[in-house]
Amino acid sequence: MNSTTGLVMSNITHHFGQTRVVDDVSLSIAPGELLCLLGPSGCGKTTTLRIAAGLESPSAGTVVLNSQLVSGDGVHLPPERRHVGFLFQDYALFPHLDVLGNVEFGIQSLNGTERKTRALEMLDQVGMKDYAQAWPHQLSGGQQQRVALARALAPNPGLMLLDEPFSGLDKRLRDQVRDETLHVLKRNRVSTLMVTHDPEEAMFMADRVAVMRQGRIVQMDQPEALYNSPADPFVASFFGEVNIFDALVSNGMADTPLGRFSVDGPVTKAQVLVRPEGIGITDDDGPEAVVLAARLLGRVSLIHLRVEHPHLPAAHLHARLASRALPAEGERLRLSIDHSQVFIFPAT
Amino acid sequence: MPAYPHKKNGFKAPLPWLAAVVVLAALVALPVVVVAGNLLVPSGGIWTHLAETVLGSYIGNSIILMIGVGAGVALGGVGTAWLVTMCRFPFSRVLEWALLLPMAMPAYVVAYTYTGLLDYSGPVQGALRALMGWTSARDYWFPEIRSLGGAVTVMVMVLYPYVYILARAAFLEQSVCVLEASRTLGRGPWRAFSQVALPLARPAVMAGIALALMETLNDFGTVHYFAVDTFTTGIYRTWLGMGEPAVAAQLGAVLMIFVAGLIALERWSRGGAKSHHTTSRYRRLPRIALPGWRGGLALAFSLLPVLLGFVIPAAMLAWWTFQVGLAASFGGDFTRLAGNSLILALVAGLAAVAVAVVLAYAQRLHPRPLIRLAVRVASLGYAVPGSVIAVGIMVPLVALDRSIARTIEGWTGASPGLLLTGTIFALIYAYLVRFLAVSANTVEASLGKVTPSLEAAARTLGCGTVSALRRVHLPIIKGSLLSAVLLVFVDVMKELPATLIMRPFNFDTLATRTFTLASDERLADAGAPALAIVLVGLVPVLLLSRAIAKSRPGEPS
Repeated sequence: MNSTTGLVMSNITHHFGQTRVVDDVSLSIAPGELLCLLGPSGCGKTTTLRIAAGLESPSAGTVVLNSQLVSGDGVHLPPERRHVGFLFQDYALFPHLDVLGNVEFGIQSLNGTERKTRALEMLDQVGMKDYAQAWPHQLSGGQQQRVALARALAPNPGLMLLDEPFSGLDKRLRDQVRDETLHVLKRNRVSTLMVTHDPEEAMFMADRVAVMRQGRIVQMDQPEALYNSPADPFVASFFGEVNIFDALVSNGMADTPLGRFSVDGPVTKAQVLVRPEGIGITDDDGPEAVVLAARLLGRVSLIHLRVEHPHLPAAHLHARLASRALPAEGERLRLSIDHSQVFIFPAT
Repeated sequence: MPAYPHKKNGFKAPLPWLAAVVVLAALVALPVVVVAGNLLVPSGGIWTHLAETVLGSYIGNSIILMIGVGAGVALGGVGTAWLVTMCRFPFSRVLEWALLLPMAMPAYVVAYTYTGLLDYSGPVQGALRALMGWTSARDYWFPEIRSLGGAVTVMVMVLYPYVYILARAAFLEQSVCVLEASRTLGRGPWRAFSQVALPLARPAVMAGIALALMETLNDFGTVHYFAVDTFTTGIYRTWLGMGEPAVAAQLGAVLMIFVAGLIALERWSRGGAKSHHTTSRYRRLPRIALPGWRGGLALAFSLLPVLLGFVIPAAMLAWWTFQVGLAASFGGDFTRLAGNSLILALVAGLAAVAVAVVLAYAQRLHPRPLIRLAVRVASLGYAVPGSVIAVGIMVPLVALDRSIARTIEGWTGASPGLLLTGTIFALIYAYLVRFLAVSANTVEASLGKVTPSLEAAARTLGCGTVSALRRVHLPIIKGSLLSAVLLVFVDVMKELPATLIMRPFNFDTLATRTFTLASDERLADAGAPALAIVLVGLVPVLLLSRAIAKSRPGEPS
């Protein structure tokens, strides 16, 4: 179907007035790949997306789309000539056109019958064929999102750009629409750059995720790599709650209430992050803890613990257990630590 | 530091848009620049002569007019706005929109009708004489309507709605809580008004007064008919009577100093008005019930402007039309006059909206300082009196025409005469300068309905800037474009000074015919064309009043 050769953005920097919102960002998307830009609000991810679309012209850096230079080195190809599809947070359906008219909007080069056939085919793919004659204001949020997806895909774009496309939907609908969107994108084998602030959504949708903070890409990798070996404390904590210990290092070992962990490099301080899933209960030897509270959350239980240590201040930490047998309040337990869920970063 | 200082669009090469905006702004600014530039042209004895003789009375009369009209519209506008928004008395809901009706009346038409009504030979004095047995003017005293005081009264009657509209909006926006808090803190309703509501509404009231005063300075028909010497009559006389364009332009320049003061006042007041939007939550305004004689008094106070500014003049016009006879009124060349007015107004309306769309869209695409400045300059014409615009256009146009004629004469030996001066083209240009702001405000506000993501969607789906405008923006704002055309249309129908100075030879509109007939003391004959202007003018007023009736924040609609 599509013969996309993807997107390459190199050393993109962008300013709004004095503020540097995108700072030396480089990324590439392989044909058919879905890359997610993940970060807190104001981190520059949407601006990066708009630069890829040609809606902003970057202050520095180059954008190459399907082997063609489209931004940088004095070139700026306007968005209408880039052949990209853009899915907006507010869907941006044209209020003066019906559903069919919206989907046909971007395929004016086709003749009347071909245009209608193509538009209906796209509407069929997203399950909205029966609504061809409806007006945007008559549709629910999820339906509008589907029509917007069909409209963006109808011209067979070389690159799809998704700007927080599910944030306007409520939780249950969001899971369903997200699933459908992923299938439609994959079926059309279109390279996709998506922006979200929701790590779970990123991991659900993306082949690779780029975590952004303050205009920079902190780490870009497959979701499991980000989860299992985060590059820094920010990435580690972005993918879920962590227990954080600021520890002193002596003889290459960081001292924490949960024991000593080896640290690379000649540092005197380190940050030790332990995921709640990495803490278990054992009958063997291990650090001792008192149960402060225990709650069943559904599939897992959350245990609030206090760990005491002879010469370190007592620490409050959370553990997530798959077991549904809740320990009693005040009970003394011994803990086991899964070292693959412990991340140690030298502190500066 | 704001996270997003204005989120500017990063497109390079906005040259065509930039060029279009700068050229349009320059064309609109040209008349004012010409007029101001004429201050430096030596005009010798005539200016000195004017300065010694009439300039003092122009300035004096203009100042008295402004003080009188300013005080009158403030009292009438604020008083009625307060009564209909905050109090409950018989017909207060009807009055809420009826108070707008005088906007449909051009001041000069009101001047003619009251002259007809209150003159020595008019029905009022006639009835008095019959009643009291007086036989001549020496037997009694009656106020002379054709005077400076009469001009003030007439203008207050038709201009107070500027203050009324803005004051009413300001009162509605004030948080009820603020007023109630002041009541619980021991202020009576009267002191709540004078110490809380009025100070909060002051910026809006000042802006309304500034707008009314701009119209006062623009007025030509009333002061001319009442023989009150002001700048507009002076410009008209020195231009058409004395044939002294440079002196006319210099008078215009002095007039512009007054206008600049008003623009500054309006801008400054509006700036202050913004800071008062403290809450977006509205509650139903608890209206103070005015029973008995107090309700009657409120009704009388609010009804008076409607009667004086609309009902009585309209009745007078209808009576004249009826008196002359419908066949005579609307026969003859009435159709031709109406056709002329219609075509001028329609072409000017379409042109003003087209230019407004270009300006607003360019500003949206490329919100850069230069474009912003150009757009602002282009919309300053609403403050410039029509007579000044006329002089500012005619002076360079005559010069241009002469040089064209000379060139052609040099080639062919025969002079083609004046090509641009005294054409419809020049007149439309003047209307465009004067009324561009009317359409620009409407278009700019309605473009807000097209969200940035709609625009971006059109662009990524393959539309260039022009094609996006055609396929997305214009269809979405179609309704507002129509109302913008309508607003300009009505203003052009009423416009008098620029039309009188610039119209082609032997070319008459409803407005100029009304003026000529009235000047010839054929008031009854002026009834039909004036009535036509008022009826057309009613359309946007009714639309506005419907919008006002629908948009009552915090009340069930």
